[in-house]
Amino acid sequence: MFAYVLRRVLYAVPILVGVNLLTFLLFFVVNTPEDMARMQLGAKRVTPEAIEKWKAERGYDLPLLWNGQAEAAGKATQTIFFRKSVRLFAFDFGASEDKRDIAAEIGERMWPSLALAVPVFLVGLAVCVSFALLMAFFRATYLDLWGVVLCVAMMSISTLFYIIGGQYLLSKLLHLVPISGYRGGADAVRFLLLPVFIGVVAGIGASSRWYRTLFLEEMGRDYVRTARAKGLAERAVLFGHVLQNALIPILTGVVAVIPLLFMGSLLTESFFGIPGLGSYTIDAIQAQDFAVVRAMVFIGTVFYIVGLILTDISYTLVDPRIRLQ
Amino acid sequence: MPVLIATDVLVWLLVAAGSGYALHCRRHAHLAAPWARVLRSPPAIASMVVLAFFVGVGLLDSIHYRPELTRKPEAAAKVYSVEVLSVLDWTLSHLRGRTEKTYSAPLATRSFAKEQVELPGGKTARAFPRLRSGGAHLAKEEHWASDVGWRIFRGLSFAAAILLAAAVAVKVLRGKRPDVPWHAGLWALGCVLVLLLPALVLSGGYHVLGTDKVGNDVFYQALKSIRTSLVIGTVTTLVLLPLGIALGIMAGYFKGWVDDLIQYLYTTLNSIPGVLLIAASVLMMQAVIDRHPELFATAAHRADAKLLVLCAILGLTSWTGLARLLRGETLKLSELEYIQAAHALGVRGGRVISRHILPNVAHIVIIAMVMDFSGLVLAEAVLSYIGVGVDPSTSSFGTMINSARMEMSREPVVWWALATAFGFMLVLVLAANLLADAVRDGFDPRVRVSALAKAAA
Repeated sequence: MFAYVLRRVLYAVPILVGVNLLTFLLFFVVNTPEDMARMQLGAKRVTPEAIEKWKAERGYDLPLLWNGQAEAAGKATQTIFFRKSVRLFAFDFGASEDKRDIAAEIGERMWPSLALAVPVFLVGLAVCVSFALLMAFFRATYLDLWGVVLCVAMMSISTLFYIIGGQYLLSKLLHLVPISGYRGGADAVRFLLLPVFIGVVAGIGASSRWYRTLFLEEMGRDYVRTARAKGLAERAVLFGHVLQNALIPILTGVVAVIPLLFMGSLLTESFFGIPGLGSYTIDAIQAQDFAVVRAMVFIGTVFYIVGLILTDISYTLVDPRIRLQ
Repeated sequence: MPVLIATDVLVWLLVAAGSGYALHCRRHAHLAAPWARVLRSPPAIASMVVLAFFVGVGLLDSIHYRPELTRKPEAAAKVYSVEVLSVLDWTLSHLRGRTEKTYSAPLATRSFAKEQVELPGGKTARAFPRLRSGGAHLAKEEHWASDVGWRIFRGLSFAAAILLAAAVAVKVLRGKRPDVPWHAGLWALGCVLVLLLPALVLSGGYHVLGTDKVGNDVFYQALKSIRTSLVIGTVTTLVLLPLGIALGIMAGYFKGWVDDLIQYLYTTLNSIPGVLLIAASVLMMQAVIDRHPELFATAAHRADAKLLVLCAILGLTSWTGLARLLRGETLKLSELEYIQAAHALGVRGGRVISRHILPNVAHIVIIAMVMDFSGLVLAEAVLSYIGVGVDPSTSSFGTMINSARMEMSREPVVWWALATAFGFMLVLVLAANLLADAVRDGFDPRVRVSALAKAAA
């Protein structure tokens, strides 16, 4: 098991390099370091000298990917790409282009992101599993049929509608919660209610239908027939046997998502003006702050890979037949 | 002068490919069987009828031309307008030309905003002015109710006439194919016609769904947006399928370093948040397109190039799911006896893939194609809303929602543009989802949920 995890961690290194290279290419095909300097300096202070100084201070005065003038190995290392990427692997994110410490910023912005993502995740899971159980309990009745129809209908509605409609209904008409914004401490609850609610509602359709399929698949198995044959009530079969076994694919499926909760939701955060990591990334793209974009994509990739490894480990925990080698 | 636009060509190629596939299926019983199962499902028939309406509008909107300008008799050469129009624009020319100054409510005769108007006595006052075209044919505004009623009645009677003809046709068809639930199709056709025909008749004199901020007819914009959605949902799969199929099967069949490399590729692509990757690629390509204006004859060509690029980017970033599915399936298949036998008989790798593996993963490809459609339509709206979608001059549901985003905070609320965009999108995506479900149930031997449920009950 340890050897397996170690190998997976080592596999992550080329993936991280690839992701870094891709981010780098996508960013610098459109922007040159000069463009970044102009954007950051502001229209008033743009002079050729100021741009040169800006670039030299931040190490953007080197070639992008290949330094033809340098010696031997320096051809690859004396470049913006190499210089900027290596430090990331030590989780040293450095400063953003406007000289703020990225690590500190992330530490601060992580909490609003978590405050939004964790409730959406937990409440969403609870709601979807309950709804799916309800449909599975009343399977092949009108309740089940209309439940599935409702799921399909909810899947077909655009997320934008949930957001715009929710803001209009709950904030503007009923004045229950603020439309957007965020404040720390206990006040945060008021600001988070609407985004959490919308996040949960928007996810019900797809997940409930998927979980229902899992429950029904589980109900067709032999041990369920045995349980019924020995005279267990339908309720006992459902909660005692089916639920436990169907939770295995559900939980192993969501394990991959857990590390990504830190990253927040890009769209929801920027719609509701929540100062989390998602809106941090979007803002950085708009401000052409390459240091922040690169750091965020790097962390996102790390979390994604951690999620994959956790999923594999969780399989071995719930199903002893699976061995990692 | 007919104009060839890249996405038009692709759309018609897709239509040709689809017809070819349908003909091919008709001739082979084993290919027709799953489709026959799909056709037995009432929701599938109903959604096919609804989708047929959308596809019809989209195809009409995919034949473009540049209208001839009225020329002076002495000029030798014909002069064409720079504006590129489609056949749909031509059929709806009464909607395209007539714009108002600003917002107006559905079926309104007066503007939504107050304006300075001159009274007969030479004085001015602030009032709601009459619209330029909405209800302009009415001699007196009191006739509004009877006129609208009469138009709706005319639309409904057209609908009833067509439905009657359709019912007779169904009667004949039912004799031939009694297993197809024709009544579901008839119901769906009824719903479409009852909504559409009165709207079309009304659109002759009113703005059926109001006008937007710059006074354009919302109904017309919604109809124009259909093509964009369909193009995104279908042309993207043209990029996605070859990549997903080729890489997925190669990874599963050749194993070893090929598998490692392809797995590395899709893990890398997957680990970058999707929205970020798409946003960055779109911004990059838009910058490239904007820097080379000489490549495009008209603004329509440029907008179309952006649409095509968006499709390509969506395809390039979303083939990973299909590839992973196909890899798993191919891994499983290549251990089976008949493939081993083929190897033992000395059949080459390429031939094993094309003769034995490809036909056996075809159901996964078809299911994935149908399932992806609705996701892509929804994704387009979100991307256009955050400004990395289609060109602002291309009408799409996303741009409609984007330009209407501030309207909910107005007093009184301007709801019609948003409601129209969301309504059209809901119908399109819902129909696509229902069809996708039926296709999945018809093609996938394992996911027969209803059968399972009956067995368990």
